[in-house]
Amino acid sequence: MIDRTVPASPRPGHAHAPGTGAGDAVLSLRGVHQVFSTPRGDVPAVAGVDLDVRPGKVLCLVGESGCGKTTSARMAAGLADPVHGSVFFRGRDVAAMDRREKGRFRRSVQYIHQDPYASLNPVRTVYSTVSAGLRRHGLVKDRREARRAAAELLERVDLTPAEEHLDKYPHQMSGGQRQRVAVARALAMNPEVIIADESTSMLDVSIRVSLLNTLGRLRDELGVGFLFITHDLAVAKYFAWEGEIAVMYLGRVVEHGPTSRVINDPRHPYTEALIDAVCEPDPDLARNRERIRLRGADIPDLTDLPPGCDFHPRCPLYEQGDCDTVRPPLVPGHDRLLACHVVNRG
Amino acid sequence: MSHVTDPTAAPTAEGPLLSVRGVDVGYRTGRRKQVTAVRDVSFDLYPGQSMALVGESGCGKTTLGLGLLRLLPRTGVVSAGEVLFRRKDGRLVDVRTLAREDLRRFRWNEAAMVFQGAMNAFNPVLRVRDHFLDTFRAHEGGRRSRARILERSAELLRMVRLDPARVLDGFPHELSGGMRQRTLIALALALEPQLLILDEPTTALDILTQRSIVERLAELREELRFAMVFITHDLGLAAELADRVGTMYAGRMIETGTTRDIFHRARHPYTSALINSVPPVTGDLRVPESLPGGPPSVGALPPGCSFAPRCARAVDRCESTRPTLDVLRSRPEGMSHAAACLRSHELFSEGVTRD
Amino acid sequence: MAVVNTTSAPGVWGAVWQGVTRSTSGFLGLCLVLGVLAFSFVGPLLIDTRNPTDVTAIWGPITSEHWLGTNHEGKDTFVQLVLGGREPIWVGVVAALITVATAVVLGGVAGYVRGRVDHLLLQLTDITMTIPFIVLMLVIASFYRTASPLVVSFIIGLVTWPYLMRSIRAQVLTLKEREFVEAARLQDLGTARILFVEVLPNMAGYIFVNFIIAVTNAIYAVVGMYLLGLLPSTADNWGLMIQQAWNNNAFLLPQAAPFLIAPMVMIMLFQIGLVTMTRSLEQALNPRLRDR
Repeated sequence: MIDRTVPASPRPGHAHAPGTGAGDAVLSLRGVHQVFSTPRGDVPAVAGVDLDVRPGKVLCLVGESGCGKTTSARMAAGLADPVHGSVFFRGRDVAAMDRREKGRFRRSVQYIHQDPYASLNPVRTVYSTVSAGLRRHGLVKDRREARRAAAELLERVDLTPAEEHLDKYPHQMSGGQRQRVAVARALAMNPEVIIADESTSMLDVSIRVSLLNTLGRLRDELGVGFLFITHDLAVAKYFAWEGEIAVMYLGRVVEHGPTSRVINDPRHPYTEALIDAVCEPDPDLARNRERIRLRGADIPDLTDLPPGCDFHPRCPLYEQGDCDTVRPPLVPGHDRLLACHVVNRG
Repeated sequence: MSHVTDPTAAPTAEGPLLSVRGVDVGYRTGRRKQVTAVRDVSFDLYPGQSMALVGESGCGKTTLGLGLLRLLPRTGVVSAGEVLFRRKDGRLVDVRTLAREDLRRFRWNEAAMVFQGAMNAFNPVLRVRDHFLDTFRAHEGGRRSRARILERSAELLRMVRLDPARVLDGFPHELSGGMRQRTLIALALALEPQLLILDEPTTALDILTQRSIVERLAELREELRFAMVFITHDLGLAAELADRVGTMYAGRMIETGTTRDIFHRARHPYTSALINSVPPVTGDLRVPESLPGGPPSVGALPPGCSFAPRCARAVDRCESTRPTLDVLRSRPEGMSHAAACLRSHELFSEGVTRD
Repeated sequence: MAVVNTTSAPGVWGAVWQGVTRSTSGFLGLCLVLGVLAFSFVGPLLIDTRNPTDVTAIWGPITSEHWLGTNHEGKDTFVQLVLGGREPIWVGVVAALITVATAVVLGGVAGYVRGRVDHLLLQLTDITMTIPFIVLMLVIASFYRTASPLVVSFIIGLVTWPYLMRSIRAQVLTLKEREFVEAARLQDLGTARILFVEVLPNMAGYIFVNFIIAVTNAIYAVVGMYLLGLLPSTADNWGLMIQQAWNNNAFLLPQAAPFLIAPMVMIMLFQIGLVTMTRSLEQALNPRLRDR
């Protein structure tokens, strides 16, 4: 590749907001593929995904386990290199970056893990965890300054009173508090993008919302762009209401558009099934709803994908013809990007 | 005593299947130290009912569920109260006093448990078939022949929508998470228990898998008429699968009622905060409430209402007086609505309900 | 390198104290170890250390003057016993430090960096493991007749590290996959810092337990070498006492028994103390045994 700038790609933005080119994206994935070798054969975990994360905006990746959302996120964070395709940070291909640029990229794109019990070093205090990066990169002069900076970060993530928490060890904190420490650690690097991989799914519902609110404030006040990965559509809807949602199925994006449109008016049969399957905390609604019936319950094996559309063995809209022979491309339609022969035709 | 049930009415043949009276469950934490994780819980479960136990993690739901079948880890013990169970032959037994052999027969024949984390419940070196064989033999004492057992196993697997030919000969690790969970449910139903206790039955499963299990469980309950107690932190699941809900907080049952009572007319601020913290998927964006802080440690409960320190509606007396579980609306068969909140009456008239 | 396994892991000393005191046998072990240490290091300050040869009192009996009798040169056995502990214990500790330091650094680097470095280091351990220890000592002893205790401990240390290095490497391999290590990488903290500040302190307990095991092994090694006469006789030393007892046929003389048995008892007490202490420490510090 000689051209190292982001190639434009069809995005949902084109459909409803012309003029916002790929140029305003901080972090972009272009046609990234990831293949894992297993004893049973090569598993194409991600097969050609285009995504853009913009400052102060949320891009939510949803899908079932094994659909490639975490793998995509890890490539976006530079934790894994794509087999094909490229990751662009501020228009520069990450693969072509020199050491210094790459370090900057590393620090500007922070990743928050799912499990706050595993992502904090059990033998380090909160102060030590949060300030390690600051001290390493010379952003603070001495210990006093480091403590002040760490305390400010804790306050940013609503872990107050900060002074009380600085000298605690992870095992002295609750899951929600730990996750806040992980967010504070990411913030220490003054990131432009935060990739949150199921970061709220291990927390109790009661704590989940307040952490989401904290993250939302970082998005609005600091202009941090979010790549937010979740399997919980309710969380996706709440956090990415003003942003976009990309629904992944077996390594590909099948529907991608503004959250309000995708959630309230899903078009891809898979998205529809997902939304329909959510258990709502409302007994009347739950009992009186007409449910979508999938044709098959089990996800196909990634090593042995069906021909045509990946979803066709389960799809309620399945029609003979294109569905089981041609893989539907992700193309604009119904003011979003959609990969379905039947819906796009209609 | 804060029993929902009238303690004078002894359970009769038509009475409750399970009658839990003032149960405490404790864990030994040191040589002479013990914490009480569940305190003074009472409820009656009638045949065919489905009850959800909800609450945040660490509030005693799982401990209570395990305590009901005496499946607690070595350090745990049901330290007070009665767990009365009406057996298939009509006899009433206290699970707490069952002898070892009796207890073994009681479990699975009368009441079965489906654990959280389906993989750990299987022995990884045994085929699924052997799990069925073992279960039948251990709890029936060889009344059935091998062929009959396998026939019945296949029937059970078909009941949970699994292909017996594929599943029976496989090893547990060859099954997907959803298939394992369904196999566990089939195993639990093997001896037609009257009561099924499920601990977070769909946590860690994908949403479509969860949906199929939820629907299957609802259908099976219609068909087989077993009663269900399921422990979950997913309120959506409770709304869908339960007839009645018990909210637990800091080891106590703080509100109980029908599913509609709880979801539409919650009278305890904790229950309503929990419900309001779940963002819904359908409809326009509703901003969920956040419920800051966490439950107190069961070793250091505040003197008054355990929820008072987090409660937005707490007044001074909440910090000194511990509320009892008072019946707000009386209904037969354990479906009464009761809440343990000093202000439940005033709050209700203020209209803190959600419809 | 002892720095790694002590100071940078807060709470380790607390865990060590808890681990040692939570079981009776662990506590008795600690008492034994402290007792022998006091005997060998405080003892010499409290007694008259002059111990002249006295040809009139060869193999003297146990008296109020000579608590454990005298030896083949008429020297007081008890005084020798008090003075003879320092050297083997010192050698043991220094050798163990060298073993552990080498194993931790090389094991950590091999496990964390992987690739060519890992390959080379593994080959080095293979080669080192095949060196026959006793033969090496024979060769070295024949070249340097005046090997100082320090040289001895270096040699022991340099020969015994590979076993520990392999297990440290294996643990680093699993630890580096943990999410907090990945988080540190995302902070661009640098390989050395991640390895020594994030990864290794998580193994502090394990390293500490292995340090104690290395001490016991080194003490056996050094005593064994004295016994075989591989090391020159210099100061008083328990190993040397046993060797002299052997050379002078003390095992045939009933009145010489204290001279033969006393140093053996001291060594055994120290080793039993260390081993029982380590047992209960291991339970407290090994996360796999500790986790509920």
